[in-house]
Amino acid sequence: MAKITLEDLRHTYGTMADGEVVWALRRMTLELANGGAYALLGPSGCGKTTLLNLISGLLRPTEGRILFDSVDVTDKSPEERNIAQVFQFPVIYDTMTVYGNLAFPLRNRGVPEAQVDTRVHEIAAMLELEPTLKQRASGLTADGKQKISLGRGLVRSDVNVIMFDEPLTVIDPHLKWVLRSKLRELHRRIRRTMIYVTHDQTEALTFADQVVVMKDGEIVQIGTPVELYEDPKHTFVGHFIGSPGMNVLPCQVENGVAVFAGRQVESANAAAYRGNGKMLELGVRPEFVRLSQEGIPVKIVKVLDAGRYQIVESRAADSTIKLLVREGETVPEGRAFVRFAPDHTRIYEDGWVVT
Amino acid sequence: MGGDVRKTVNQFGWLFVLPVVALVAFNAVIPLMTVVNYSFQESFGDNVFFWSGVRWFQEILNSSRFHEALLRQILFTAIVLAIEVPLGLAIALAMPRRGPWVSVCLVLMALPLLIPWNVVGAMWNIMALPEIGLLGKAINGLGIPFNYTRQPLAAWFTVVLMDVWHWTSLVVLLCFAGLVSIPDAYYQAARIDAARPWAVFRYIQLPKLRYVLTIAILLRFMDSFMIYTEVVVLTGGGPGNSTTFLSIDLVKTALGQFDLGPAAAMSIIYFLIILLLSWLFYTLMTRNEAR
Repeated sequence: MAKITLEDLRHTYGTMADGEVVWALRRMTLELANGGAYALLGPSGCGKTTLLNLISGLLRPTEGRILFDSVDVTDKSPEERNIAQVFQFPVIYDTMTVYGNLAFPLRNRGVPEAQVDTRVHEIAAMLELEPTLKQRASGLTADGKQKISLGRGLVRSDVNVIMFDEPLTVIDPHLKWVLRSKLRELHRRIRRTMIYVTHDQTEALTFADQVVVMKDGEIVQIGTPVELYEDPKHTFVGHFIGSPGMNVLPCQVENGVAVFAGRQVESANAAAYRGNGKMLELGVRPEFVRLSQEGIPVKIVKVLDAGRYQIVESRAADSTIKLLVREGETVPEGRAFVRFAPDHTRIYEDGWVVT
Repeated sequence: MGGDVRKTVNQFGWLFVLPVVALVAFNAVIPLMTVVNYSFQESFGDNVFFWSGVRWFQEILNSSRFHEALLRQILFTAIVLAIEVPLGLAIALAMPRRGPWVSVCLVLMALPLLIPWNVVGAMWNIMALPEIGLLGKAINGLGIPFNYTRQPLAAWFTVVLMDVWHWTSLVVLLCFAGLVSIPDAYYQAARIDAARPWAVFRYIQLPKLRYVLTIAILLRFMDSFMIYTEVVVLTGGGPGNSTTFLSIDLVKTALGQFDLGPAAAMSIIYFLIILLLSWLFYTLMTRNEAR
């Protein structure tokens, strides 16, 4: 059990031929509370796996320190840090049985055999691996193998943190849901710090209490799923989370009021704008755009029926505005007007929300 | 559907296969059948042949000369395999996996494989000479009498050493290729699981090298069982008959004494032994996978 602190952490895998340093992870300071369920969310290549491997000790940071409960562990091995990690693709010890695989991390640490037996059966029961315990691990399906990997990560009860690196990539969709619920339930029960790396927003939002959104080696926002949804601090967060993502529209701010397509638009934060941004944008989620009798004139381009609601795509000036309309409500053809909910309309300056 | 789906039988296709069939016939089937032909007949000059049935086979199988050569051959192959496979594996494990030294190591390792076989024999012949050879003189200098032209043990030592020098690289290269193909995640998982180096070898590297090792053992078995050139150049099969392996014995019978019938029968027996042992090795080594 430990609180994890990252201090001025930076990491690079090497310098380019022209001497330019490519930072896989830009300078960051981050604190992860003891017992929290965290998700690192971001597109491929954003540095989330690098961050995970730095915390687990598989990589040594180029700069900065990592502390577990205020103890510097920067130079400690994964074994000394006492962490567990589950990888994206199943890693199993082919020649061992399923039981042997699950017992391996315990036996290597000299845990008494009786205790090993109890733990292995407990974890096997949770992952529904019990009928296969005596089988050779190499004979299992990809699902089964990944369950073994998960099991090896969960089998030790004294770890400081359990880390998952996109662990459900190879798992069948229906089983994905089951396993994710199991992990969530397990977290409630044992209250270990868990870090879950994924590029799938649903996985991140359903698993974690706190989601860390990353982009280009930087943390863009840390927050609860609701915060990320309702109050995105960066257009990237607004766009990456939500389906469809937030509308990001070019705008100006004149005398504290946002102007889009030649019309004034009420927003939550335009008054705070100090006038030093290079690029101004207005962000509003499709959920908070409504059809109206007056407002911004748009042309309806496309209507997609998503079952519970319709996704309407419209154009105003040169921008595309998406909005959600309840099922049953009629969508006018051709010209129409839309309004943005003022509380949920924000102005972004070079991508970052204006405060 | 209801479409007329029929497989067209087209004999024309055979025409395209014909060149390959002809090639295989010329370089494998016809020579082999010639040997079979010789093995059942007695031959004289002027292409005069008499049917002799299985007489040559009986003669070879009952000859103590063949038994001794076979025994020597099996012993040699066993020693060479027992040294080269573990040594090759150990060297591959000790080699760097990335960085500039990889290519240096690979080139150094590949060098012995690039030297023509008779040159290898000649090199070791000179090197092991007791008076002027580096190796021979050094061993004698240590106070151990060493003369491979007179002592069978010294001859065996030199032959084995030469083969190890020449062919361990093959095992190294195969194992190295196997090792670098193991994904990093396995080593990372092993570190997380606190596996000791021995456990990493036993539960990750060795299982992942299974196929490569099977190939290495098979190749080394077949090649060492057929060894000829290097030994002929180095010792000529001597002193006495002490390093006369099967292939050398065969050449002595066929070309030295010109006994074509017995030589042909021996070739076939030799071929069948290699085939049988290769099959045996392969089945034993891949047996677990079938279960």
